Amino acid sequence: MSTAIDISSVVKRYGTATALHGVSMEIRDNEFFTLLGPSGCGKTTLLRCIAGFEDVTGGEIRLFGRNIAALEPNQRPVNTVFQQYALFPHMSVIDNVAFGLKMKGVALAERRAVAGRMLEMVHLSDFADRMPAQLSGGQQQRVALARALAPAPKVLLLDEPLSALDLKLRQAMRVELKTLQEQTGITFVFVTHDQEEALTMSDRIAVMSQGRVQQIGTARDIYESPHNRFVADFIGETNLIEVDVTAVSGGMADVVLPGGHRLRCPAETTATGRHHLSIRPERLSLTGTGELTGTVERVVYLGTDLQLLARLADGTPFTVRLQNSARTQVPEAGATVGLHLEEGAARLLAD
Amino acid sequence: MAGAPLPPPAGGTGWKGLTIPLLIPAWAVVGIFMLLPVLLMVVYSFLTKEFRGGVVWDFTLAAYDQFFLNRGLFGDEPPVIEWTYISIFWRSIWQAALATLACLLVGFPTAWFIATRPAAQRTVWLFLITIPYWVNLLIRTVSLKFLIRENGPLNDSLMSLGLITDPLPLVNTNLAVQLGLFYSYLPFMVLPVYAAVERYNFALSEAAADLYAGRWTILREIVLPVVRPGIVAGCILVFVPSLGAFLAPDLLGGAKTYMIGSLIDEQFRGSQGNWPFGAAVSVVLMTMVLLVLLWQARAAARGARG
Ligand SMILES: Nc1ncnc2c1ncn2[C@@H]1O[C@H](COP(=O)(O)OP(=O)(O)OP(=O)(O)O)[C@@H](O)[C@H]1O
Ligand SMILES: [Mg+2]
Repeated sequence: MSTAIDISSVVKRYGTATALHGVSMEIRDNEFFTLLGPSGCGKTTLLRCIAGFEDVTGGEIRLFGRNIAALEPNQRPVNTVFQQYALFPHMSVIDNVAFGLKMKGVALAERRAVAGRMLEMVHLSDFADRMPAQLSGGQQQRVALARALAPAPKVLLLDEPLSALDLKLRQAMRVELKTLQEQTGITFVFVTHDQEEALTMSDRIAVMSQGRVQQIGTARDIYESPHNRFVADFIGETNLIEVDVTAVSGGMADVVLPGGHRLRCPAETTATGRHHLSIRPERLSLTGTGELTGTVERVVYLGTDLQLLARLADGTPFTVRLQNSARTQVPEAGATVGLHLEEGAARLLAD
Repeated sequence: MAGAPLPPPAGGTGWKGLTIPLLIPAWAVVGIFMLLPVLLMVVYSFLTKEFRGGVVWDFTLAAYDQFFLNRGLFGDEPPVIEWTYISIFWRSIWQAALATLACLLVGFPTAWFIATRPAAQRTVWLFLITIPYWVNLLIRTVSLKFLIRENGPLNDSLMSLGLITDPLPLVNTNLAVQLGLFYSYLPFMVLPVYAAVERYNFALSEAAADLYAGRWTILREIVLPVVRPGIVAGCILVFVPSLGAFLAPDLLGGAKTYMIGSLIDEQFRGSQGNWPFGAAVSVVLMTMVLLVLLWQARAAARGARG
């Protein structure tokens, strides 16, 4: 598969503040690629560099093999769905959607037809002649999407396009966006700080934090094999336990758990000493005597699941998720329980 | 206090009943200082001229007759249209339109520049723009005349720089009047346009660029339509006073640049004056201004409807 966008060592500074510290990633053609990270980590900045609204301070961005540094935004075959929609307030919905085609010199009849199809796709055909101010936030967002798709760009940049929608609509739009991306074959670069959104839609995800890429991989990769503490913590729920690493070799580490139990597990670091172990709450089970021992503090009922909030002897908080079945034995608060780590449940993280 | 409406205060009718009493001062001000003078002006335009200025209370259409019709030197020929005053009006409209255009061409980039500075600098720039307006308009206009006269600083410095050999005869030209109007009313363009540009969402320009629009297209298709209310307000604020201006044409212009303002001004001076005629000219001028405002209001309503 060919590369759509090749980002190498991109640095972006605003005065003395650095928004991107040497970001590199390769986004493939026809891919649904997601930039995921907390607020302020540089997602929008990276999108703006790709779209051409910001000049990069260092590094380079290649679009289908071509360095785009010298191209103005209007010369890049890339369209953006803006975080705040940015619909043209003085144009009707259909004129908004047709604007890109007009700029490309498409004849009136044809651009109206294409814009009409785009509106149909986002279920706004009945709103073609309204002004943007007469639409709800969710409708505006869909107009922004239709407007960016109408000129059939090679790459579509989407900056948190679902953030303004309510949960129901958001879930419906996720499915629609994904289908749309598969149908059109357009490369999507999708920005979100919602990990669930990222996990459910993306072919691959780049997890970012403080202007750096922390990990790039499929949803499964980053959930099951997080590289470092940030990724493990940011994606899903996890238990982080400080352990002594006695030896590391061949990607496996020997660690001493609090309580003295020894364990061999996959490692993301090559250094010995004190490091963090990640254990997903659903990969633990209760036994009489397990690798870890803790005291139950609270049991939270979640419907399909039960969540056990516990504490190890050294005070480290700990969460266990149990399936809520008839056979599940639920311990009382205050009870001492043994915890068994399933095969491959633990993973030693880089810092 | 959700839900239940507030009970009216005991013995009273609530705020609703106070609306009219509270509006009385505003109505009084508008009535006494705006409507009454206008009414007076309209009435005077139908009175008969007194020789040493002033009026005689005999109702007549003489003033309007003088404005629109020419009955020959002795008033006994069949009436034809009198072009003298209409052409003064026409010239004034033309001058005011030019001044408005000049103010727009300079004012828009200026407003744009100020609006795109960091927030803290904007107030400083706006302050600088308004500084000349602390000085009386008359003094400013006279200073301008001093600046551009034949042996004034402008010509002197141009000559000492060797750019010209003879002083430019600027005073008493259309250009000087234009300069005067432009200089007098520029801030009236800058301020409303600035207010509109400051509210402009620059993401719209980015969105347009993203959709393959070039710089000029963005200006024409996105920026100008969106900030249009500010531009229209600025144009009205410059055009209307320029139309009736008399300081700039009087001090900087000559016989050929005679404008409505001077014509009216003259009618109320000493024994040469003709009060009813001055009032009639004012009524015609005001009617025109009203028409311009009505047209603008209709255009704005159309814009709001899309
Ligand atoms: N024009 C600017 N001038 C100075 N600093 C900026 C500018 N734009 C962004 N930054 C800074 O760069 C960093 C990254 O900002 P960015 O907008 O890319 O974050 P983000 O990941 O999109 O966050 P969010 O999820 O809140 O949209 C932030 O620390 C921000 O303060
Ligand atoms: Mg952002």
